[in-house]
Amino acid sequence: MAKRTYQLETLACPSCSAKIGALLKKTKGVNEAEVLYNTSRVKLDFDEEVVTSDELKAKIATLGYQVLSER
Amino acid sequence: MKKLLNFKMTKKQILISSSILVTASFVLNKLIGYHYVTIALMLLTALIAGLPILKRAIVSARYLVVGIDALVSIAVIGAIIIQEYWEAAAVTFLFMLGDYLESRTIEKTRSSIRSLLDLSPDTARIKRGDEEVIVSPDEVVMHDLVVIRPGEKIPVDGKVIEGSAYINQSAITGESMPIFKELNDSVFSGTIIESGYLIVEAEKVGEDTTFARILHMVEDAADKKAKTQKFLERFSKYYTPAIILMSIIFYFITKDIRLALTLLVISCPGALVISAPVSIVAGIGNGAKKGVLVKGGDIMEKLGTVKVIAFDKTGTLTTGQPRVTRVKSFQLSEEKVLEIAAAGEAYSEHPLAKAIINRAKEGNEGNSNTINRAEESTIITGQGISFTYEDKDYLIGNRKLLNEKGINYQDLEQYIQDEESKGQTLVILADKSEVIGIISIADAVRQESLSLVSDLKKKGIKKTVMLTGDNGLAAKEIARQTGMDDYYFELLPEDKVNALNELSTKYGRTAMVGDGVNDAPALASADLGIAIGHLGADVAMETADVVLMSENIDSLSYAIGLSRATVFNMKQNIYFALAVSAFLLAGVLFKKVNLSLGMLIHELSVFLVVVNAVRLLGYKERRKKV
Repeated sequence: MAKRTYQLETLACPSCSAKIGALLKKTKGVNEAEVLYNTSRVKLDFDEEVVTSDELKAKIATLGYQVLSER
Repeated sequence: MKKLLNFKMTKKQILISSSILVTASFVLNKLIGYHYVTIALMLLTALIAGLPILKRAIVSARYLVVGIDALVSIAVIGAIIIQEYWEAAAVTFLFMLGDYLESRTIEKTRSSIRSLLDLSPDTARIKRGDEEVIVSPDEVVMHDLVVIRPGEKIPVDGKVIEGSAYINQSAITGESMPIFKELNDSVFSGTIIESGYLIVEAEKVGEDTTFARILHMVEDAADKKAKTQKFLERFSKYYTPAIILMSIIFYFITKDIRLALTLLVISCPGALVISAPVSIVAGIGNGAKKGVLVKGGDIMEKLGTVKVIAFDKTGTLTTGQPRVTRVKSFQLSEEKVLEIAAAGEAYSEHPLAKAIINRAKEGNEGNSNTINRAEESTIITGQGISFTYEDKDYLIGNRKLLNEKGINYQDLEQYIQDEESKGQTLVILADKSEVIGIISIADAVRQESLSLVSDLKKKGIKKTVMLTGDNGLAAKEIARQTGMDDYYFELLPEDKVNALNELSTKYGRTAMVGDGVNDAPALASADLGIAIGHLGADVAMETADVVLMSENIDSLSYAIGLSRATVFNMKQNIYFALAVSAFLLAGVLFKKVNLSLGMLIHELSVFLVVVNAVRLLGYKERRKKV
């Protein structure tokens, strides 16, 4: 079980955050995903044995959003 | 084809190349008309600007999210099919340009919060043995000795063990007046040394520091949605599919494909969805910079509509530190009375004793006196102390002590009663036979508390009350000085909760302002809990809905003003966005608005909404003219 917060590049429209949220929630191994529009962050709770942080970041990138930093 | 899809351009490159292309095709269209060269240029514009949109649409379709990307893509493809090449080029170009401008300006609304994050310290200089090493603040551990020089940020919360300095705490409190810190004072991460030099022993590091916690609270606050915002999100959830459905139905009835495609483009109420969050984030950002932390959009909405404000007394309206306000001496000088009293109280931990000792230390004309200690002393519980000083016996304490020891104070009765009715607590000093001094002690009202009530009344607050656990006389005096409408005294923490409920049902939304020392339950149960900052009072900071970081209670009226300005700004945005949506819908249905114009108005309205929110960053309290 791992918890991460990603800082994304600016989320300009609220529908982008809905998209990222939908993507992550459908990803296997992700227990909880919260996309924070105003601070352009994603809070994740996922199972590292099923999906890695790098895989998740790559998934977000397919939607056109780069992960700038994580903690 | 595959290669083309993988062909990558930066957002800027796309923006520049499609701007050139769209202008060129516009000019060519005017000069040579719908020539195939013109058409090729238009298609190229649509391709360059539209490809990223299409890609995003395809990806999001996989997750069953119909966003504006998908709608624009369909509209553009449709436009190409019906050979409206100019429309296709114009729509994609405008959409992309709008997107770019919006993200730049939205960035601006968030800039206050971002700049707060930038204040996090980057390095720490710690002492390891005789050497100083520079490390990242995350690597500092408890009890490390941290060295900080002028101009540097303090990277930890801790206690000064060497040196003294003037510190700028504005990152946390919003107050720019430097504060003097010396041995044993607490200092906080994120604050800056202006002059001087400190060695600090780390007590809290990394994510545990007050500054880090404030940052997290601000970040989380920015994303707590306002009620209005939730409503708008629900609204657009239905609005978009409804317009799409309308577009399909219209197509089948009228066979007017232009109309149907235009409807698709305007079906996303972008300005509306964005109207609330941009105002809220700008408002919260403004507050955070001035030391007012409003924890979310919902709180922002509530704060401006508060009817009653209840205040805790000690530590909120007053400084919380009892001070000697008057020394009445008989026979001896005031100085001598204080000297003897301090000697008697030297071993006591009682707050009243501290007040006396502090005053005795101050001495005259800034010389600090040293405190002598009584040669012998006995504590008489609940009454005071009997002690010997310079070979004489003394008593210090309350009236009970005098009664007990049979010391006559009949002729002083009037003075005692007068002082007590002014909310003073009296400590009486006597020798074996008579009273030689009376020391009045009170918890002084903060300077800013004096104008507080009139400021709040000007803001339309209906009622201000004080809730205190203290006795009636002390409560009455403070309530009189601050001009409270009402005061409740001798309250236990649960009584405060009941009083708040009563006020709330009687007068409407009630806020409780306290320092969290013994009013945490009240802060939690009030309609709105407002904690007034004592740096490091973590529990209060976390339970409260609003945190005033500085000790200056003036910021309360700023917070209320800010909340109203934010809500007003949000409403402007919402009404504007609604009007634009209605106008666009009518315009499209009456065929006054075509594809590219629809897109232009849509993007422009989003942009204006964001710009309006940016204005909030400049919100300032109109200071009363002195």
